[in-house]
Amino acid sequence: MNKTLILRMKRWLKGQMLKRMPGMLTCREFEEFILAYFDDDLTERQLTTFKRHLSLCKECRDYLRLYERSHAVTRVALGEPDKPVPGEVPRDLIDAILQSKKM
Amino acid sequence: MKPQHKKLIVENNIAWMLLLAEQILNDHSLAQDVVQEAFLNAFQGYSALEDQSKLKPWLKRIVVNTAITQLRQLNRRSEQHIDDFLPEFDENGCRIEESSAYLASTEEFVENEMLRASIQSEFSKLPDDYRIVLLLRDIEGYDTGEVAALLSISSSNVKTRLHRARSALKKLLEPILLRGRD
Repeated sequence: MNKTLILRMKRWLKGQMLKRMPGMLTCREFEEFILAYFDDDLTERQLTTFKRHLSLCKECRDYLRLYERSHAVTRVALGEPDKPVPGEVPRDLIDAILQSKKM
Repeated sequence: MKPQHKKLIVENNIAWMLLLAEQILNDHSLAQDVVQEAFLNAFQGYSALEDQSKLKPWLKRIVVNTAITQLRQLNRRSEQHIDDFLPEFDENGCRIEESSAYLASTEEFVENEMLRASIQSEFSKLPDDYRIVLLLRDIEGYDTGEVAALLSISSSNVKTRLHRARSALKKLLEPILLRGRD
């Protein structure tokens, strides 16, 4: 039995379990809570359910880890408000602004 | 307003304003036009600024508003829909994802200019509506209500777009994050 088929079967079994057991989320439902989780907007009960899914679902654990890391590195790469902005200061643009008679 | 004071304000702020405008518009030339207009609007309303320590946030709001107005006028349509980058689920609602092994640390990106440039490049691939929400909320620090007001959309819409933008960016960054040590 090839690896892809085994993975599909495992996923199918997991899906059946998550759909049928009370107090469980499917991965699709879990996805809808991610933003609120990072904003600390989940109720205690929602948080418990969210974490329960995480404890059972490796795919969602990996996804969340990557999601969080992506968020962090983006803030580093695009943020850094106190760092001097590289590149030339466009002199002709500065002159155009200072010479404008709009005011 | 004295010309020397005006010159100082322009020279001290033009670089970050250009960067921000370009991140919103994804167009260097348009960004220059927008920044020029933003400064002119700022100088017209300068007397209303009571607290000089609030100059930067005040200028930021002006350039963001000006850029968003310009973007609306462009009425640009994305060639690529964000759905292409969103997570997939099977018929039972199970996530279809490959497990990740090595994951680059945030510190690796702080030190590596090329990696940071790669991130900026991938970020610019997000469709306008999603890229701007992520920029305003996650990078520029506006809260959900402020972003909603700037973009004239509901807070619920901001949240939906933000999550989709983050999910899409995660997918775009996967090749970089999973080989950050190269």
